[in-house]
Amino acid sequence: MTLYAALGAIEQGLVYGIMVIGVYLTFRILDFPDLTVDGSLPLGASVSAVAITNGVNPYYSLVFALFAGFIAGMITAILNTKFKILHLLASILTMIALYSINIRIMGGPNIALLGSDTVFDILLATGIPGQYAGIAVFGIFALCVTAFIVWFLKTEMGMAILATGDNPKMITSLGVNTHAVIILGVGLSNGLVALSGALIAQNQGAADVGMGIGTIIAGLASVIIGETIFGHRTIARAFIAALLGSIVYRFAIALALSLEFRGFSFNPSDLNLITAVLVIVALIAPNIKKRMLAG
Amino acid sequence: MKKLFSVVLLLCCSLTVTSSLYAGGYAVSVNQFVEHPALDAVLQGMKDYLKDNSVEVEFKVHNAQANMPTANQIAQQMIGEKADLLVAIATPSAQACAQALKKAPAELKRPLVFTAVTDPVAAGLVDDLEAPGGNITGISDLLPIAKHLEMVLNYKPDIAKLGVLYNAGEANSKATVAAIRELSQTMGFTVVEATAAKTADVYQAAQSLIGRADAVFIPTDNTIVSALESVLKVGVQNKLPIFAADVDSVKRGAVAAMGFDYYKHGYQTGAMLEKILKGASPASIPVEFQKDLELHINSEFSTMMGLEPPQKLLDKAAKVYK
Repeated sequence: MTLYAALGAIEQGLVYGIMVIGVYLTFRILDFPDLTVDGSLPLGASVSAVAITNGVNPYYSLVFALFAGFIAGMITAILNTKFKILHLLASILTMIALYSINIRIMGGPNIALLGSDTVFDILLATGIPGQYAGIAVFGIFALCVTAFIVWFLKTEMGMAILATGDNPKMITSLGVNTHAVIILGVGLSNGLVALSGALIAQNQGAADVGMGIGTIIAGLASVIIGETIFGHRTIARAFIAALLGSIVYRFAIALALSLEFRGFSFNPSDLNLITAVLVIVALIAPNIKKRMLAG
Repeated sequence: MKKLFSVVLLLCCSLTVTSSLYAGGYAVSVNQFVEHPALDAVLQGMKDYLKDNSVEVEFKVHNAQANMPTANQIAQQMIGEKADLLVAIATPSAQACAQALKKAPAELKRPLVFTAVTDPVAAGLVDDLEAPGGNITGISDLLPIAKHLEMVLNYKPDIAKLGVLYNAGEANSKATVAAIRELSQTMGFTVVEATAAKTADVYQAAQSLIGRADAVFIPTDNTIVSALESVLKVGVQNKLPIFAADVDSVKRGAVAAMGFDYYKHGYQTGAMLEKILKGASPASIPVEFQKDLELHINSEFSTMMGLEPPQKLLDKAAKVYK
């Protein structure tokens, strides 16, 4: 693996890590399996791209993206809580609706940002090499988001979210409105996913309606890799583990891309298979080691 | 801490795997967006041109399996590879490579050649087709859509309603359909659109055109072409002729298409690669379009879809599948 590929994996891991934190919030904390993310990631990208091409400062465009994602998440949660649609179905409905909405927002399926201002320009102007600028920007964003979420879950509102996920009956009996809590939590989660999408679009030079496909798969894989390898004893540890899980997942892809043995080369089409095998190795390695020590 | 073991293991094996060392000749890294027959043919054509002209090139091919984050990661991977030149097949891969190059340090900035990209200007790859100016140039697969429609109307003159089947999420297709709508006014037919967002929706979208259209035209749309067989099934069962915009689809069963072999597209790309590898600057190489167009007909499927191929077109065809 080249230095470049490794740096690229860290960069991708951090920017998708913001999405993974959002997924952790719904999937683990709220116990709400939310597929909206496949739509809210490109939603954030679309909103940010349209804002930037209309002359909005790239940093402000992130606020719009966050807000749009929040609304998308709220819609899923309202469908679920107020209209009693099963959470999975509610999120699928929002997700497929967002496909059309994203095309509407962009006025087409794809907006190129290759010549436009992005959040990296400030750093690039100082002369930092591009490959480090991405890691710096995404690292700061990912850490701020993690810190915010950990802090937030310690506030009274955050405690209510934790309790709603653990034991909704108990929290209702304490006089908390679980509907409002779920709407806030799923909204916040999708806001983060949209923020991640906006940063991804600015990083890859285009917003595309197809860029969200497979987001939930990458998100869940990262969450579980993080939990298995790094543990989840405290809230802070769990969220940092989710972020690291995202980096490990991207490393697996980068490694799969550069694998080569003498006399035998993989076909480019083997990529997904190799990625899966590498993730499996990462997940079972701790177990095997434990058994070897015991034996 | 013990759980860190597996991460360390993963990191260790990643560091022991080094990128391949190229021995002699040139090295080219390829970012292909997805496996499908047309794009695979481009890659093959490119390789064959260089072989036929004895330019020694070692190819390193990556395939994103239609996943945009992966295309992006591949682009970054390619920056670190020892390549003299980067090639991107299809628009998403080209955009990913262009962005990775933009961020790369000066000593790693290398020429990028794109191919199978329909609208390089809208995709943000070049500002000017005639004088790209930067380190990016390539070959566009934009087809003169008027020639296509002319052929379709010659083949089946009584078309009043032409169905167009595409994915509204693909920028290329959207541009093509806008052009078809504009031409329909002067050519005397109306356009009936049906869209499918993913390959699983294609069959249903094709069925929605039964009875609403006299024939169906499929632009070079990745989603529809990937699921072409389901459209053909609808065509055969309902005697609804299906026309395509790429000749590879004719081989699979579309009635006819004007166009080029994507293999030739790749061959032409190969010629551009040779020029740049031997020292020409991409800044001064204009974006090229596909040179020779030819007509391909599938007379077997044409008959099955209730349409006997007209003799005068059969005489003109470069290839007839029976």
